[in-house]
Amino acid sequence: MSSMAPTAPLLRLRDVSLSFRAIRALSGVAFAVRRHEVCAIIGPNGAGKSSLLNVVSGVYRPQEGELTFDGRTARHITPRHAAQWGMARTFQNIAVFRGMSVLDNVIAGGNLSFGATWIEQALRVGRAARAEREARARAERVLAFLRLQRYRHHLVSALPYGLQKRVELARALAAQPKLLLLDEPMAGMNVAEKQEMSEAILDVNRDLGTTVLLIEHDMRIVMGISDHVVVLDYGRVVGDGTPTEVRSNADVIRAYLGASRAAA
Amino acid sequence: MSYLLETLLGGLLAGIMYSLVAIGFVLIYKSSGVFNFAQGALVLFAALTFVSLVERGVPFLAAIAVTAAVMIIVAVLVERLVLRPLVNRPPVTLFMATLGLSYILEGTAQALWGADVHGLDLGIDDVPVSIAGLRLSRFDLIASATAGGLVALLALLANRTRMGRSLRAVADDPLAALSVGVRLPRIWRRVWSLAGLVGLIAGLLWGARSGVQFSLTLVVLKAMPVLIIGGFDSIGGAVVGGLIVGAAEKLAEVYVGPIVGGGIENWFPYVLAVGLLLARPAGLFGDRTVERV
Amino acid sequence: MSVARVLPITTSAGQGAAWQHRAVLVPRLAAAALLLAGAIWAVPGLADDYWLSAILVPFLILSLAALGLNLLTGFAGQLSVGTAAFMATGAYTAYNVAARLPDVPLLVAFAAGGLAAALLGALAGLPSGRIKGFYLVVCTLAVQFFVEWAFTRFRWFSGDNSSGQVAVPALRLGGHLLDTPRAHYWLVLGVVGALTWVARNIAHSELGRRFLAVRDMDTAAAVIGIPVLRTKLLAFAISSFYCGVAGALWGFVYLGAFDPRAWELSRSFQVLFIIIIGGMGSLAGSFVGAAFMLLFPILMSRVASTLLSGTIDQGTLSNYQKIVFGALIIFFLIKEPLGLASVGRALWRRVRVWPLRQW
Repeated sequence: MSSMAPTAPLLRLRDVSLSFRAIRALSGVAFAVRRHEVCAIIGPNGAGKSSLLNVVSGVYRPQEGELTFDGRTARHITPRHAAQWGMARTFQNIAVFRGMSVLDNVIAGGNLSFGATWIEQALRVGRAARAEREARARAERVLAFLRLQRYRHHLVSALPYGLQKRVELARALAAQPKLLLLDEPMAGMNVAEKQEMSEAILDVNRDLGTTVLLIEHDMRIVMGISDHVVVLDYGRVVGDGTPTEVRSNADVIRAYLGASRAAA
Repeated sequence: MSYLLETLLGGLLAGIMYSLVAIGFVLIYKSSGVFNFAQGALVLFAALTFVSLVERGVPFLAAIAVTAAVMIIVAVLVERLVLRPLVNRPPVTLFMATLGLSYILEGTAQALWGADVHGLDLGIDDVPVSIAGLRLSRFDLIASATAGGLVALLALLANRTRMGRSLRAVADDPLAALSVGVRLPRIWRRVWSLAGLVGLIAGLLWGARSGVQFSLTLVVLKAMPVLIIGGFDSIGGAVVGGLIVGAAEKLAEVYVGPIVGGGIENWFPYVLAVGLLLARPAGLFGDRTVERV
Repeated sequence: MSVARVLPITTSAGQGAAWQHRAVLVPRLAAAALLLAGAIWAVPGLADDYWLSAILVPFLILSLAALGLNLLTGFAGQLSVGTAAFMATGAYTAYNVAARLPDVPLLVAFAAGGLAAALLGALAGLPSGRIKGFYLVVCTLAVQFFVEWAFTRFRWFSGDNSSGQVAVPALRLGGHLLDTPRAHYWLVLGVVGALTWVARNIAHSELGRRFLAVRDMDTAAAVIGIPVLRTKLLAFAISSFYCGVAGALWGFVYLGAFDPRAWELSRSFQVLFIIIIGGMGSLAGSFVGAAFMLLFPILMSRVASTLLSGTIDQGTLSNYQKIVFGALIIFFLIKEPLGLASVGRALWRRVRVWPLRQW
């Protein structure tokens, strides 16, 4: 849970603004994510939630503002930087490698720590064998954690939607990230699958200590698993606090939940 | 100075010829997202058919009519046998299918009509004409007029007719177009027929210029830089692209050629296109879509 | 626009890994050893000179070029029509090394050809950082036409020969003169075999995984930390190395004498067709496709001559071959996008199950 200790936040955004030609996706967004917390970003459709995640993970370049991650500050980073700094993410429309097996997807997730050059691999000399073994072992641990072992050699494109999403999560975890960004991890899932995914996310947060920043629409889930909620509307932050605080915030209710506070 | 202008204009006019072929490409790409590598083969097929009919004594207009009919039949066959089975496949698959198609068309054309070079006489003499003190080719002028007329006609078609609207709908969002009742197979047949007819006109002009021969299929490759510069989905862009490529080619040939050696027009347009792509990855006129992840 | 969804084949580290469980590994090694032994001893014993020099040697060399193109297009998803240009670079570089520096060993000359081609390939691949998918074809097309022009225009490459033709010096390996079809076959078999082993290692390694990732979705690949441009450049370079060596072999061993017309755009398409028919992303498919490409025309002319009880002239025959090829390409794309290799695999699976099917 959120602590009062004055440790620096893992992620801080300051005054971030993003535009696509005439469309203003984000305006002056600023908030912080503490280490080891689960932070949820909520808001109506088109509020800029995915854009925000894309800015954090370096896929989009903001026109203004800066982000600080684990002590490093920059206006914009490349996706590769984000990975090197310790961020991993999943996408709204699953971005698994469809032509590869589950195991290969997950091993690929850990590519930054692969310990052999391509020449060693091509000639099967030096550290190649050991690096491959270690990469495989790391991947197996993640597969076990998410109970995906028996699908390890399956082609991802042949798997059902829910499993593909789990593979994507596994691939993100394989990088042993400090910050896990999840873009609508429960989209398209039924109640049972959502339950499983929520538990998986909580396991990741509690057992691995990974900080989680996720976009989610289902308010039950948001209230259930997050320590911290940030509300976006029309590209601006209109709410920022604990789930209970945010729930009773008038602006949030007006913008997001509508007159009937049904979902909550 | 006037030599430079003449060269430039000569290049521009020659570029119109490239545009003619490129327009055929754009039609198909706009409506089905397919880069039709077989466009050059269509041009060759049309030209060869026409020429063979004329050589056998068929009168000019009748030969045109018959060739046009043949191109429509080809379009129908292509839609039925190639496009329909591959309807949900990624664009690269379709591109490779058009590669196969070009082989079929080339083989058929040459099996039916032989591999010799045929002369084509359209009754237009390629004599120099003097305009404002500059010597230009009469043939090129007529070709430009034709191309201009074609572009105007196609623009009218696209914007004023129902088929044109359907075409634009399909180009924009095939699924949505389907949902409002646009019949894709019919559209594709029509577009490919149109492309075939455009190919016929291009084939006639090209053939009259340099004889109807196998190398006509290589014209398709020249159309690629045209499309890259002008964008794959813009008819106006195809015209502008053709002009740019024609002019650049001519100027390079005349001014850079003597230094580096002849024949640079074989690769210069492509290098030019690559350079432009590096600056503008979606082409000068192409749609710059924002990749939403 | 990616080549991705055409190619569901995976060569996952799990399935074909170099480090597999003993139970699977031993029979596979045995099969491979048998194949190798057969190729080295049985084939030259059984095949006559015609088969060795007119069928097997070009088959092996084209397979090598196809392996190269497969690594680039089938694995890394970068469509290329510049294969012939890379082959030409390999051939001319090897020629110039062998002719101008006669003390350099033959294999080193081949390697030099490969390296020159690799450099050109990396250059051709540079735009792949900015230019995506289909537009990239223009880059390889530009390279193809430029190289064609350069080797024709600059006589230096052809040893300042006025005819533009180069005649390759005699082939010597370790002091022995290689002038029989059998010797040629063994030379080519050795080179192709070694490079196939390397290709297999690459395919089943981290680099192979990165190729596949870049092919399937390069944005996602970047997000998980894969250096996308570097990976693409490596794909171009390694692939071109293979094509360069293949070109050197083609010029030195198969042709003996060549000029720029051996390396035209049509050859690039030939290799592309080989991998389409054989199966993109499949190493075995490169060989299957090459075999098909070589044997099919022979089959067709035999069939044509028996059906029409007489000989057909070469021109008509090549026209019909074109038609059939084109139709086959379309057929394969419609029915079996994974190529003959996957047809073979499916057949093999059925064969294995067949005895059990009876009860």
